[in-house]
Amino acid sequence: MKTDQASQDLLKTSPYKPMKAKIVRTHKYTDTEKFFRIELDGNKELGHMPGQFVQVSLFGYGEAPISICSSPTQKGTFDLTARRISTGALTPALHKLEAGDTLGIRGPFGTAFPLDKMHGNNILIVAGGLGIVPLRSLIQYILDKRKDFGDVHILLGCRTSKDMLYGDEIASWQKRADIQFNCTVDKGDPDWKGNVGLITSLIPGMSINPKQTYAVVVGPPIMYKFVIVELIKKNIPDNQIVVSLERRMKCGLGKCGHCQIRNVYVCQCGPVFTFEQLREMEGECHEGECYVKA
Amino acid sequence: MQYAVIKKSDLSRWFDSMKEKGKIYGPKKKENSFVFRPIKEFEEMSLEYIPTILPPKKYYFPQKEFLFKFKINPFKTGKAIDTFEEFILFGVHTCDIAGIQCMDVVFNEKPVDPNYLNRKEKMTIIGFECMHYCDEYASCTAVGTHVYKGGYDIMLTDMGEEYALHINSEKGENLVAGKKYISEMNADDKSKLKKASDEKLKRFKNEFSAGSEEVDRAFDKGFFSPVWDDVGKRCVGCTNCTAVCPTCYCFDVVDEVSLNLNDGDRYRVWNYCQMDDFAKVATGEDFRPGRNARQRHRYYRKFKYSVMKFNKYFCTGCGRCTRACMAKINLKETVNALLAERRGQ
Repeated sequence: MKTDQASQDLLKTSPYKPMKAKIVRTHKYTDTEKFFRIELDGNKELGHMPGQFVQVSLFGYGEAPISICSSPTQKGTFDLTARRISTGALTPALHKLEAGDTLGIRGPFGTAFPLDKMHGNNILIVAGGLGIVPLRSLIQYILDKRKDFGDVHILLGCRTSKDMLYGDEIASWQKRADIQFNCTVDKGDPDWKGNVGLITSLIPGMSINPKQTYAVVVGPPIMYKFVIVELIKKNIPDNQIVVSLERRMKCGLGKCGHCQIRNVYVCQCGPVFTFEQLREMEGECHEGECYVKA
Repeated sequence: MQYAVIKKSDLSRWFDSMKEKGKIYGPKKKENSFVFRPIKEFEEMSLEYIPTILPPKKYYFPQKEFLFKFKINPFKTGKAIDTFEEFILFGVHTCDIAGIQCMDVVFNEKPVDPNYLNRKEKMTIIGFECMHYCDEYASCTAVGTHVYKGGYDIMLTDMGEEYALHINSEKGENLVAGKKYISEMNADDKSKLKKASDEKLKRFKNEFSAGSEEVDRAFDKGFFSPVWDDVGKRCVGCTNCTAVCPTCYCFDVVDEVSLNLNDGDRYRVWNYCQMDDFAKVATGEDFRPGRNARQRHRYYRKFKYSVMKFNKYFCTGCGRCTRACMAKINLKETVNALLAERRGQ
């Protein structure tokens, strides 16, 4: 009877209805990237894990899937960073919002980075461009539970130094003695004192214990191809190479079909996948994501 | 009473007795085709019909479905779950009932879809068995939907002077209860039904050139087949095939704002994997470029992915995609080409 009641109740709530949420802080990192700290109505916890995403609702504009960029160790609020796509509907409107404004949130959705398996292992994080957004959640989590992990190495690549997000935090990561942090830009400028070149150039020189290393790679599709080849050269097993895929998740419920890769609904079975799983999706993945002829 | 009999001449008054139960939708002629429409008088219906332009899906998974009301400022959302009225689908072919069974597994899978499930609860299905092929495009025997396999409340089978009724639910029981002109099936009727069914089965033959195990294998190995390039070259991307399919359930979510620019409704609307921007993300990356890849995706959703996930074909063999295709892409031919390729022909 009890389960009957539970299923009856389930039919009375709509998974499409967003929760009310309030923006408590914003920060514009670049011309196109804006940061939002968000608090759910009634001070509810979102209850996410690093790697998951939410559907952001702006009534009249629709919904868009956006990665959560804060760690669940941050209580009471969570963070999002969104790129403004001028041809899109939602993000230009989202960028006009400031602290005190309200929006709708559904989620969290999707799979998280495999933290249980990563515990005790060395972690190599490779972030290209906007890939740093979901990885910020993971990095913050690891830093908050630093003793649960082995060596931590972060590689960050951007087009230019002006495209770099979270500059203040990155400066603090650079200062930490318990992680290694390297950053590179595709194109240097007079103020830039770091590496210049593609992110792949940073991998060959690293000394990696492949059996005890989890590599987490997030970036544009084309980056995966080159980074994964380098990781395979380092003998990191396919099931220890972890990626997050971008797709057009519309419903987040494994129904609407937009995010499907072969038989896989990315919004439910992903966005976090291992390279081992990507191999099974050959032919439907972006050629960059699914480089299998290693 | 599991099997019953009704005289053809009594069907009209049985139909009339259902009117009080709710709105009735049935097949009706429209120019050269058939459509499901609300039916007021029995005579409006054409029970001998070939698959309608759209499947009855439009009544249980509407093309544009209201999700909830919203207010932009101050942020507010209205009641999200509607209560629906009872309704009856009359004269549904076994292929379309198979389509409803496909939707059942999709929307019952967690997270469940309350919109569909609430609507489905109010639906009564009176099936109508085909005794002859509708036309050359059907492939119902290949996918096993040419005979009834549950999913309805009552099924009607033509036995000449009478219809056999298979009563398959309590809802069905209630529709025949107390009707003096509907009688329990006797031994004579049973042999008549068996004869009609046997004769029918002689007419219906596997439309594919091989059985389901080989179809399975062909799709298993056929992902990179040139068949998809051939289909892709002919496809004009009109999306007709997905619009008329009884098992397509992809959708988009859209907002409509009223003239005061503050109140509005959120809807979900049918959306098709054959549209060129279906898998395109905001940054411009298209994750399924090419009509060949999109057509392949459609076929794999019907013959492979659904088998992996639900152990079920999501092709009901109704033939609508072939009838509606402007480029004459034919489902039977495509599957047979894939099978022939496997055999090395």
